[in-house]
Amino acid sequence: MPEMTLVEAVNLALARAMEDDPDVVVLGEDVGINGGVFRATVGLQTRFGPERVLDTPLAELLISGLCVGMAAQGLKPVGEIQFMGFLYPCIDQLVNHASRIRNRTQGRLTCPMVLRTPHGAGIRAPEHHSESTEAMLAHIPGLRVVIPSSPERAYGLLLAAIRDPDPVVFLEPTRIYRAAKGEVEDNGEALPLDVAFVLRQGRDVTLISWGAMLKETMAAADALAAEGVAAEVIDLATLKPYDEATVLGSVAKTGRCVIVHEATRTGGFGAEIAALIAERGLTSLLAPVARVTGYDAIIPMARLEQHMMPSVDRIVTAARQVCQFS
Amino acid sequence: MADGGLPVVARFEVRHRNYLAPDGSINRPLPAFASDADLLTALYRAMMLLRNFDRKAVALQRTGRLGTYAVSLGQEAVSVGIASAMRAEDVLLPSYRDNGALIWRGVKLEEILLFWGGDERGNHFSGPVEDFPFCVPVGSQAPHAAGVAYAFKLRKQPRVAVCMFGDGATSKGDVYEAMNFAGVHKLPVVFVATNNQWAISVPLRLQTGCETLAQKAIAAGFIGEQVDGSDVVAMRAAAEDAIAAARDGQGPRFIEAVTYRLGDHTTSDDALRYRSAEEVQARWKEEPIARLRSYLVGQKMWSKAQEERLAAECHDHVEAAVERYLATEPRRPESMFEHLYADLPRVYAAQRRKLAGEGDA
Repeated sequence: MPEMTLVEAVNLALARAMEDDPDVVVLGEDVGINGGVFRATVGLQTRFGPERVLDTPLAELLISGLCVGMAAQGLKPVGEIQFMGFLYPCIDQLVNHASRIRNRTQGRLTCPMVLRTPHGAGIRAPEHHSESTEAMLAHIPGLRVVIPSSPERAYGLLLAAIRDPDPVVFLEPTRIYRAAKGEVEDNGEALPLDVAFVLRQGRDVTLISWGAMLKETMAAADALAAEGVAAEVIDLATLKPYDEATVLGSVAKTGRCVIVHEATRTGGFGAEIAALIAERGLTSLLAPVARVTGYDAIIPMARLEQHMMPSVDRIVTAARQVCQFS
Repeated sequence: MADGGLPVVARFEVRHRNYLAPDGSINRPLPAFASDADLLTALYRAMMLLRNFDRKAVALQRTGRLGTYAVSLGQEAVSVGIASAMRAEDVLLPSYRDNGALIWRGVKLEEILLFWGGDERGNHFSGPVEDFPFCVPVGSQAPHAAGVAYAFKLRKQPRVAVCMFGDGATSKGDVYEAMNFAGVHKLPVVFVATNNQWAISVPLRLQTGCETLAQKAIAAGFIGEQVDGSDVVAMRAAAEDAIAAARDGQGPRFIEAVTYRLGDHTTSDDALRYRSAEEVQARWKEEPIARLRSYLVGQKMWSKAQEERLAAECHDHVEAAVERYLATEPRRPESMFEHLYADLPRVYAAQRRKLAGEGDA
């Protein structure tokens, strides 16, 4: 199997989906001849033509709204928003239309669309380019929110998202677009949505994260192993709806849990997981659930952003405290 | 050469279309379809049904049997005229005040009542299954129309998307973004702005600095036309032209239907707070139903006996629909999870069971 980067896996999945299904349409700013600002759509326009790989005007609300209209006609649009900081004009369409048109019309119209956007900080990008506001999206009923953390999962989950009959926001971890490499077989096989992946088995503490932050989380698990602490690492992968059973099952086994995300703390998705464990996993807990998160500050520009993001040290420290709690 | 010797690179004009004067007389030769008495009386009947339906809906709201409702009073010619020019396979993307268009396209009155009565089943309406439901967030359906039209073009289908919204919506980026994209790709879509002069309490002069709304199409690269929205003949003729051009691959059109909202914005509004009774009274002289009736009677296309029969038919039609609406069994609470996703994710099944009284969540 060829080794490739995460963004190459995204490109591979898009090409495969377009090859397999003439209803798949890719649209966004600069996705055509330029191949997207991160090159996620490179080569697609040459291969599938400008009608199916469509350079839109510079208008994010339009991109999401076009997707709703196309999807209602049975196309499978995959819209690209260049950075998550530019996703906000799409929120009206996601909340008021994409996520609820099936329910509003009692199934008469549906919305099988995907909206892709790079997610997260750590690439020294300009202001507004480093957002990780996934919790805002995960709050919306009727939507799916998916974040891959490896090339293999980017390929399989994106294929699943495109084939899913409901709207999916697909958040691509910008920081590991090229840093994450792995073998991907272009076999057209999707990975399951709504399912968490256990990346590492362990009995002492459960570490839960998603997207780029799994890089630090896995490194922390290695460091903890050197100290004799066996951490179980869960890649949540789908945040809406998320795999409660895997979370609760792991915490039942380990009795301890650390949730890691780079998004700001208050109202972050970690709070949801902590609440779930408090409600339904309390009796198995040996220590309070810990969160290692970004601070309740606006994500700083390049010079300070590394201080916002959870480090391996912060995760290890939190895990140690959780393990030593008595 | 213009002032200062600089060259003029472009000039534009906006035309206004009208056939029937407020008293029912003709301003200029009518379009061909107007010689079809059956069609003209069908337009008249549809407007009358809508007005009767509106009256009943307001009565239901006032007696606590319907939620907030948006009346079409005074602007019946817009939605009826537009819808009558569409084919069944075209797709309508209406705003919340376009009942007349939905009814023309086969939506049942009881379905509209269900919607305003707070039941999603109202949007699972009869009529063309690909039509969009009422859009409440103002103007946000315009990008959908562009997407629908793009799908038609991609699949080389000779179909047209018709998107209706009010004057207030033309102030939103959504509408401009959609029109701009439609212009770029010459999409088969017709945008219809019902300019009823008031966006709740905000008059047109505070909505836009433009002389017309029709001219907004110029910035998107296509034709915008102003139409007398109280003249159903003009509305139908303009819609026919625009829809035919769009179907023929000539790209989008924009219709500004100039009319007047004689009623409140909704049953929750009191228009006397922001406009005078005298202003409204004066506008009653231009309303579309009396106008068409005067013409029809003058042409011997319509009689007093027909009018009486129609009144009875409208009454019976509306009353029967109200009966069916009121007799509709309420939905089970757990049905809020129906059609939330194609398949309800397992994690939400427990919440549904709790709502159904079948266990804890």
